Amino acid sequence: MVSAPARAETLKYAYQGPLNQLDPYSLNETFTLATLSNVYEGLVRRNERLEIEPALAERWELISPTHWRFHLRKGVKFHNGNDFTADDVVFSAERVRAKGSDLATRLGPTVRVEAVDAHTVDFLLDAPNPILHSEWETWLIMDREWTEANNAVAVTSASDTVANHAALAANGTGPFRIVSHEPGVRTVFEPHSGWWDVALHNLTRVEFTPVASDATRVAALLSGELDMIFPVPVQDVKRVEETDGTRALIGPELRTIYIGMDQRRAELGHASVKGKNPFRDVRVRKAVYQAIDIEAIRSKIMRGMSTPAALLISPYLFSRAGEFERWPHDPAAARALLAEAGYPEGFELVMDCSNDRYVNDEAICQAVAQMLTKVGIRTRVNAEPKAKYFGRVLASGGFDTSFFMLGWTPGSFDSWNVLANLATCRDDAGKGGAFNVGGYCNETVDALATQILSENDKATRDELIAKAFRILHEDVAYIPLHQQGLAWGVTDRLSVAQRADDQFLFRFVTKN
Amino acid sequence: MIGFALRRLAQGLGVMLAVALIAFTLFRFVGDPVHQMTGIETSAADKAALRTELGLDDPVVVQFGRFVVRAATFDFGTSYQFRQPVADLFAKRLPATLELAFTSALLALALGIPMGIYTALRPQTWLARLILSLSLAGISLPTFFIGMLLIFVFAVSLQWLPSFGRGEVVALGSWWTTGFLTSSGLKALVLPAVTLALYQMTLVTRLIRAEMLEVIRADYIRFAQARGLPDRLVHFRHALKNTLVPVVTITGLQLGSIIAFATITETVFQWPGMGLLFLQAVQNADIPIMAAYLMLTALIFVTINMIVDLLYALIDPRLRVPA
Repeated sequence: MVSAPARAETLKYAYQGPLNQLDPYSLNETFTLATLSNVYEGLVRRNERLEIEPALAERWELISPTHWRFHLRKGVKFHNGNDFTADDVVFSAERVRAKGSDLATRLGPTVRVEAVDAHTVDFLLDAPNPILHSEWETWLIMDREWTEANNAVAVTSASDTVANHAALAANGTGPFRIVSHEPGVRTVFEPHSGWWDVALHNLTRVEFTPVASDATRVAALLSGELDMIFPVPVQDVKRVEETDGTRALIGPELRTIYIGMDQRRAELGHASVKGKNPFRDVRVRKAVYQAIDIEAIRSKIMRGMSTPAALLISPYLFSRAGEFERWPHDPAAARALLAEAGYPEGFELVMDCSNDRYVNDEAICQAVAQMLTKVGIRTRVNAEPKAKYFGRVLASGGFDTSFFMLGWTPGSFDSWNVLANLATCRDDAGKGGAFNVGGYCNETVDALATQILSENDKATRDELIAKAFRILHEDVAYIPLHQQGLAWGVTDRLSVAQRADDQFLFRFVTKN
Repeated sequence: MIGFALRRLAQGLGVMLAVALIAFTLFRFVGDPVHQMTGIETSAADKAALRTELGLDDPVVVQFGRFVVRAATFDFGTSYQFRQPVADLFAKRLPATLELAFTSALLALALGIPMGIYTALRPQTWLARLILSLSLAGISLPTFFIGMLLIFVFAVSLQWLPSFGRGEVVALGSWWTTGFLTSSGLKALVLPAVTLALYQMTLVTRLIRAEMLEVIRADYIRFAQARGLPDRLVHFRHALKNTLVPVVTITGLQLGSIIAFATITETVFQWPGMGLLFLQAVQNADIPIMAAYLMLTALIFVTINMIVDLLYALIDPRLRVPA
């Protein structure tokens, strides 16, 4: 059943940032990868509910726990007419792990990729990995012939003086092809007539423009110049809702915003306490947790557009998330805990924070600082642009922070990613849990993470994950705050599936 | 005269070097570009390798030397975020900025000069008072506010004009694109041009008015009037001519600042010019673009100042004596 579009429907949409370049392996960032997912495809893809479904691979099987076999879809064509074959998968597996690729984590360095025949590819692992393919929606498959013919085999590095062809043009198998691309100005897409799947959208042309100014983006939606914008700033959601002809799509995002505390250093770098580190005491960490009024943050700062979190992962991504509850907000208990830990007078503390990365990041930090000051921890906020902030608090800056706020979305949509990156032990250079900024370290959690990685049975695996999260919760290794809300603005003429990972995909759009 | 010109040129070069040094030093504080270029899961070792590859680990003096030598040949390297040569990016954005700047300048002069003359000759009329109070608003309201106000009225409420972008553009030759030849391009030009012109227009109006009031009090005007010459002739042939000299100077310099500092207007209207490119670069710590923009801006000002100086020297020989 192939239905031709009734009339020419152009979709015009804007995002706050530009689509910098078109090489699918250059930048591991949601917006770039989601946009390119309209043009390129992975072996698997995810539906509106984020469930994995076949894409370039028709089906797959486990021949042994370390041997995966993918049967590729036949008759798939790239936009330039080339056939899609196993050779392209092997080539893409090499390129995605090559020097300069920002997506090397999509496929471990030791995984061997072998073409069995033109439409069968084997993946041979060292150890079992039940989530091998969970990040493959954004491992986009490229055409070997086209990439080689255009001298684009090497991933463009920023130190190259000549632009790589793959950064300026695209040749995928996806539902749309790129007609023109002016970086930072406009990118135009048209449907790919030879797409293997049934097109459920009715678009004949898509125009993307970055609009950086919040007010201008909203104005363009309200005036009808654009069909869709994202994100809608929190303060404008009501206006978009109340204007005739437009509406706001609100949903929880997968990203979890959390607070971390330096538990690694013997003395805090940015606090008044000398000679010891109060955050090494679980009572102090719990006092900070209980001093924070998450409901006030939700209603006053996020205007209802956040979901308070008890875990470092969205409840959508972990089946047993319902078993966890936040420690209750209780300033009196917080003061008692501080006194018990030997800080009846509290102490002074600096909180590090970004001011252009997460929804209302600086405002949240200011609120947290006030709440902590009320229980005796006199907190000053140091808010910086993300370009500076990440450089300082992450490994390259030597984790230069005592108290901070960050956000995390597991690229694989799986708890192991969270545990491995945020909660396993690390050294001072960041080896180990590279994004474990606070340096929390617990051998039981480390052992559980290793087990979780290679456990193929789902129930057992979930049990292990719950165990690890239970330890983090009791230990107050982190203070999860909330999942911020997603807000898209659309005209009433548009029907679109809003995915919780903030990926805007044209194949889910119809316009009438 | 040639010696004077050479001295001026040497001074200009000195200024450019100073700007280069300041730009270069400042950019060391905007943040780590490597973090903007890579995703959150990139390993620390890969980041360190990239940093070395970009030369960010070299001593500052070496980095600066490299920067100056390359800048002299208009090679500003590759943009960290777009992975394209910075010179190409600027060349593509230049037409948008120049078209906007010249339209605004034209608008400012075409409206500002008559309003200035009118308010000088008929200072007591209600229209003159209205113009003067409006011009006060034009000079005191911030640009982004005026832009948002215009967007709200003409784009959202009346829906007459687009709120962002450049509309359809037509390519002239290999790299110049123009919005002058399509109706959507012309429509898109209106709001940003008015926003950018408002301040300049106010300046021209007030400048012309002040000069004109001065000139019409001068003796030769009074004599002309006493001789019974018609008002038209006195005002426009004699008075206006003498008023225009300082106006031309100021306008020349202002054109430089319109081109260089259209950043805010370009951001409000998502006008794809150099200013917008610069702001995006700041957000992403894209140092090559920021450095190139600053150098370009300095070049525009140094050139205009040099031309103005040389013109003065031509007019007034006393200025050729070294200061």
